[in-house]
Amino acid sequence: MREHRGTVYWTGFAVILALLIAAPLVLPEFWRRFLTEILIWGLLAMSSDILIGYTGMISFGHSAFFGLGMYGAAAALISIQPPNLWLAMLYGLLGAAAVAGFVAYFSTRLRDIYFAITTLIFSQIFYVMIFTWTEVTGGENGVTFSRPRLSIPGLFSQPFTTATLHWFVVAVVTSSYLVLRRVTQSPFGMVLQSIRENEARTRAIGYPIERYKIAAVMLSGLFAGLAGVLYAVQNRFAAPDFVFFLVSGETVIYNVIGGIGTLVGPIVGAAFFLLLREGLSRFLTEYYLIPVGLIFIAMVIFMPQGLLGFMRRWLNE
Amino acid sequence: MSTGTAPTAPLLEVEAIHTYYGKSHILHGVSLEVGRGEVVGLLGRNGVGKSTTLKAVTGLVHPSRGEVRFEGRLITRLPAHRVARLGIGYVPEDRRIFRLLTVVENLRTGLDRHGVTAAAKKELLEKVYAYFPVLAERRNQAGGTLSGGEQQMLAIARAMMLEPKIILLDEPTEGLMPRMVSQIREIIDALHRERVAVLLVEQNVPLTLAASQRIYILEKGVVRHHAPAAELQANDAVIHQYMGV
Amino acid sequence: MRSSTSIWGCSIQFLQAIPLDQLLIQTINGIVTGMILALVASGLTLIFGIMDVVNFAHGELFMLGAYVGVIVLAATGDFWIALIAASLIIALLGAAIYLMTLRPLLGRDPLTTILATFGVSLVLQNYALWQFGPVARKIQEPFTGHFTLFYLDYPWYRLVIALLSAAIIGALWLFLKFGTYGIWIRATTQDRVMAQAMGIPVPWVLTVVFAIGAGMAGASGVLFGPLVGVNHAMGLDWILKAFIVVVVGGMGNLVGSIAASIFISLLEAYASLWVSPAQAIIVSFVVLILTLLFRPTGLFVPTPK
Repeated sequence: MREHRGTVYWTGFAVILALLIAAPLVLPEFWRRFLTEILIWGLLAMSSDILIGYTGMISFGHSAFFGLGMYGAAAALISIQPPNLWLAMLYGLLGAAAVAGFVAYFSTRLRDIYFAITTLIFSQIFYVMIFTWTEVTGGENGVTFSRPRLSIPGLFSQPFTTATLHWFVVAVVTSSYLVLRRVTQSPFGMVLQSIRENEARTRAIGYPIERYKIAAVMLSGLFAGLAGVLYAVQNRFAAPDFVFFLVSGETVIYNVIGGIGTLVGPIVGAAFFLLLREGLSRFLTEYYLIPVGLIFIAMVIFMPQGLLGFMRRWLNE
Repeated sequence: MSTGTAPTAPLLEVEAIHTYYGKSHILHGVSLEVGRGEVVGLLGRNGVGKSTTLKAVTGLVHPSRGEVRFEGRLITRLPAHRVARLGIGYVPEDRRIFRLLTVVENLRTGLDRHGVTAAAKKELLEKVYAYFPVLAERRNQAGGTLSGGEQQMLAIARAMMLEPKIILLDEPTEGLMPRMVSQIREIIDALHRERVAVLLVEQNVPLTLAASQRIYILEKGVVRHHAPAAELQANDAVIHQYMGV
Repeated sequence: MRSSTSIWGCSIQFLQAIPLDQLLIQTINGIVTGMILALVASGLTLIFGIMDVVNFAHGELFMLGAYVGVIVLAATGDFWIALIAASLIIALLGAAIYLMTLRPLLGRDPLTTILATFGVSLVLQNYALWQFGPVARKIQEPFTGHFTLFYLDYPWYRLVIALLSAAIIGALWLFLKFGTYGIWIRATTQDRVMAQAMGIPVPWVLTVVFAIGAGMAGASGVLFGPLVGVNHAMGLDWILKAFIVVVVGGMGNLVGSIAASIFISLLEAYASLWVSPAQAIIVSFVVLILTLLFRPTGLFVPTPK
């Protein structure tokens, strides 16, 4: 039975992966980029699932990790010529790691609601800093830069096309997913979930909760920063809007809609949300957030396990 | 069972209630009765479900099966605040007085009800102060500053503010000095004289046997034995069997 | 006395460099803003104290209060009617929001309430954008007129706001301290289960408290309206500051949040003597971080042993 489920799972995985790879060959330009963006936001959502879904720490701080990843990459792409993809990644991850370390420190001292509010405020701290420090960050208007080439030193160097960029993103997101999946199924991941279920008991058993929480925040922050780097590379600009706490809020929405604690769920949630937004914005221009917000509230109340959880239950019956 | 009056419908009837806490099955079909003005004791070891039974009566816990009737009417699904207003007073384990409210304010949580005139309120307050002079002395002190025994008095006085027809007492003598224990006994007797029924959950067997007319013994979520208190006082083998005392 | 090596000496030198009149004006500004922030934050902390709900939508209730003020003012021409109408309407809106989105979540993990109220804030923000458009509106002060403070004309209205806010908060405090409903609310806050067992209609009390908190936010919106433009995003700034205040003041601690509001607003007002207002907000961030590091239960609350 378990093997059966395993096979089903990996088959499904392979199918979706094949679809993603084939996509740029069949989709028109707009939808190609759209799909790539879904993957990037999905990565961000997935990273926050580590905290929200697996460790039970609701965080509104992911926009800070994402933004710093983005600006970190921007820094590398602007200051180092020729713009180098891997350096951009490195800088971005370092930026995100720095913020994550900062947040991680506080995560151990604050519980639940305080943590959620504090992460929100931290997002805003970084937002204000980036927004007002115009000389360095370009302030309100952000910075633009050119896209680096896809290069493996010594082997080849090619500018990205929409297709190759998409495949690169698919590769990064897929490997991230596999890594995170491995982590959540490892003993470490089990401890995180046990912290989510009952922190006091986990501590009583003897686990150093603080260290696990710090690790969870760092892990989550790094992958969120990675998403920021990808975004920077794809869109060639960085703006403070992405650091605003509402972005974190939207990430949380993807998580809840898709189903927390599933890794895949948040990606599904991101896709659902972005497609919904795209669809509704044809009719309702900027006010698409009203029905989306209402759907979100309804899901929090009636379908807290999210789309994925709902489907899982439906399939099991 | 009750003392010589014509049989009337019991004040409180608990019919085969089952409760769960998450997946744990706590009460496995508990049934008991309390008549008007009766003092009924509920004995049993720790963890058998005595407190849960009281909570099910008050509506703080809703049974998944079975019924609770008060004065003949079904109250099983009523929210707790409605149940209280029907005239069921509750004195929980560990008292749970409002620590940051003064003694008077604690009493007012039960006193301030619709349909009670200011004069009636004053009278009720005076009556309770007569029973518990200590509370009168400390009336403007915060509840949290009272001693354990005083808090127990306050918890009982507070329940009496509802002018209840029955008071549920959950281990009122726990942690109290012997002098206070006899005071509790006096209060139970006084309530009995006032024709207020009492459902008394206790670990203190002698007190319960002396104060109650009838006893139920609970074990693992079911009523295992039911007898007049006098019978159990005379023959304490049953008590030993279930309480291991 | 110049002792340039000591901190005291440096501070004196520093303070002497600031023109006294500017300092005084910023003090008053700080207190005025602080009082309005206190009004917003007390509603938030009241709601949190009684039902463990972090009301993300509080800023939007503030914002909608301002808009209702705009509408009623346009219809009646009377600022005070607008103020009362906005408070009542937003209080009702608050009750409706509570009944529809928070009551169903009663037994669940309190974190779901953050999510639900976040959703509500999104909906309300965009609703305002939809109905009123992106252009800012203006509420006219009920009276203009200044008094001279040094060389500046300081508007009377600002002082009146501070006084009114203080009055409303004072009324709230009295209400909580005396009177049956005050006792019910305080009892419910301390021990919801026993409050029920005492016959207090807890579901009703929770709704009313949420409504009161909402009404206070709505009133703040109208009071503050004349000082800034009324637009759909005005809630965002305030919710952030309100959260900071509530954490610094101690969650659920009414007096603490009032003290924290004034404290933080004063600091920000002074800071804006040197930096732009957008940057002055960093001061409140710093206060928050320091509080979290050293006194996590609240700056003015003695740390429990």
